[in-house]
Amino acid sequence: MINEKQLDRQTASPPSSSKSKQPASAPARILGRLFGNERELKTNLSLLSMSLPGVVLLFIFAYLPMLGIVIAFKDYRFNLGIFGSEWVGFQNFRFLFGTDAALRITRNTLLMNILFIGTITVCALVVAILMNEVYRSRMSKYYQTMLFFPYFISWVIVSYFVFAFLNGQTGLINQWIDALQIERIAWYRSPEYWPAILVLANLWNGIGFSSIIYLAGILGISPELYEAAKIDGAGKLQQIRHITLPMLYPMIIILTLLAIGRIFHADFGLFFFLPRDNPLLYSTTDVIDTFVYRSLVELGEISMAAAAGFYQSFVGFLLVVGANWVVRRFNEDYALY
Amino acid sequence: MTVTTSRQQTPMNRYRLQAFLGRFAVHAVLTVVGLTCLIPLILVVSISLSDELRLAKEGYQLLPVGFTTFAYEYILQQPGQILRSYGVTAFVTAFGTIAGLLVCSLLAWPLARKDFRLRGPLSFYVFFTLLFNGGMVPFYILVTRYLGLKDNIFVLILPYMVTAWYVLIIRTSFAQLPTELLDAARIDGAGEWRIFFQIVVPLSKPVLATIGLFFVLRYWNDWFLALLFIDDSSMYPLQYLLYVLMANINFMASNPQTTGMPIPTLSARMAMAVLAFGPALFSFLLLQKYFVRGITIGGLKG
Repeated sequence: MINEKQLDRQTASPPSSSKSKQPASAPARILGRLFGNERELKTNLSLLSMSLPGVVLLFIFAYLPMLGIVIAFKDYRFNLGIFGSEWVGFQNFRFLFGTDAALRITRNTLLMNILFIGTITVCALVVAILMNEVYRSRMSKYYQTMLFFPYFISWVIVSYFVFAFLNGQTGLINQWIDALQIERIAWYRSPEYWPAILVLANLWNGIGFSSIIYLAGILGISPELYEAAKIDGAGKLQQIRHITLPMLYPMIIILTLLAIGRIFHADFGLFFFLPRDNPLLYSTTDVIDTFVYRSLVELGEISMAAAAGFYQSFVGFLLVVGANWVVRRFNEDYALY
Repeated sequence: MTVTTSRQQTPMNRYRLQAFLGRFAVHAVLTVVGLTCLIPLILVVSISLSDELRLAKEGYQLLPVGFTTFAYEYILQQPGQILRSYGVTAFVTAFGTIAGLLVCSLLAWPLARKDFRLRGPLSFYVFFTLLFNGGMVPFYILVTRYLGLKDNIFVLILPYMVTAWYVLIIRTSFAQLPTELLDAARIDGAGEWRIFFQIVVPLSKPVLATIGLFFVLRYWNDWFLALLFIDDSSMYPLQYLLYVLMANINFMASNPQTTGMPIPTLSARMAMAVLAFGPALFSFLLLQKYFVRGITIGGLKG
């Protein structure tokens, strides 16, 4: 049998084979020792050059901003830049946590995300179980389409939808309220309604996506389990309670834990466009991300924005790592790393 | 159903009837939920097809009041800014998707190769960006002050080109390619680049199609980068234009081309929204199954 190396030599193109016979230079020898032989070196160099554009882009747009978080500890002046600006220790943080805003944005971010995780998980599970019951029906494709399309609509456009429902004079809901002859509600001036509005919008947007993931999980459950249960006389509800849900528990717990890892990051578009950046609604709709944006771009309070951003990145990182640690203890296959 | 009739039935029939009623109930619930999801869409389309004066008087209704396509005619007669924004979005989406797919898959291939020495460190380098990010402030300062990309069309493209999540999904798929084919190509003297473009890419069309769709969607629906970095209205992408129109009703009126005409703000605004999500929705309907597949691969094992 001819081994691969011999074949290589036979079929290698003439220029490269003539090159390989030349005595290698000193750096090539060192590299050669590292990579075994010249062929392996060439392969590795080719692969490295392939990864280069991606590596450079990640370096610029992901890693440089990571280094840039040091501005949270500086008094940033645009003309001095990041390096020229003065170090001020924790002053920006003292400033941030001295305001009411810090408590408000932390509370809103956490509470709204908890509401989102809860509503999406429960509703998506119900939908997935129902979809599974009629999975073979022709209609199931249409149900999926109707539930899934909102995921592809940007928050800007959703803000138009919400505006069509809620605006004071012409909005659909207020027309309905008129029909019932009760007093109109000024939705865009009543912060107390917004948690519910945002939960509904988020549910509308995300239920299709999450139910598809859970449906995939249900379809992966062995049919034999259901057969056995049927023979033992279990009804549909009992099958759901004693087979479907227990089999999905690992998935539910893992997806929830990963969502908890992201609990410090709010969906900026949802919280920025739907309430239309309305100061009257900040008490329930202002989250860390909208606060950072507003401080940075609209108010120009860069130090404040940087401190809030660092707070988010730092706590967010701890939460992701913590959540992943828990997931790993639970089931290594599902961990992020 | 009375007790006597159900006693007369055999257990099998009763089971069938129950199953039928159960399925009927499931269909009913899913239909109601599905149609409820459609309501916002119907509402906005109806408003866009309604008569402006009647809208102002009667408010928004679920069905068009005084059916007219005037809002669309109005927009399409004065296409300046909209056409411009469509062009920007189309360019960004096309360029970004192709370039992004190329760069992501080129990065994913070495990560899928067991014989690549830097596989471990490089995987971590990509993966770490999922765990930690610097946030908006350093990103904003980097782009505006150090890269000088403000009001540059490429600022709408470059930051999204490499997304760790996509790279990892493509890598997973690449790693499952049969190695025999690659070995055969290597024996025939093909270089790594040639193997990648002539074997790996053609064999991975399904995953590349799925990720390509995610790229299309991401660029088509993006407003974030424009919100941060674009001030020049000739470079507004579609979604950002919609935001500006919502935030400032007079933006259309301030457009010199539209002066001297009554502006159907109520209906035209919604017609704009329809024109913006229309193409995205249409392509979604055509390509839904690829998205579903992408979610089930990406959602379960990144």
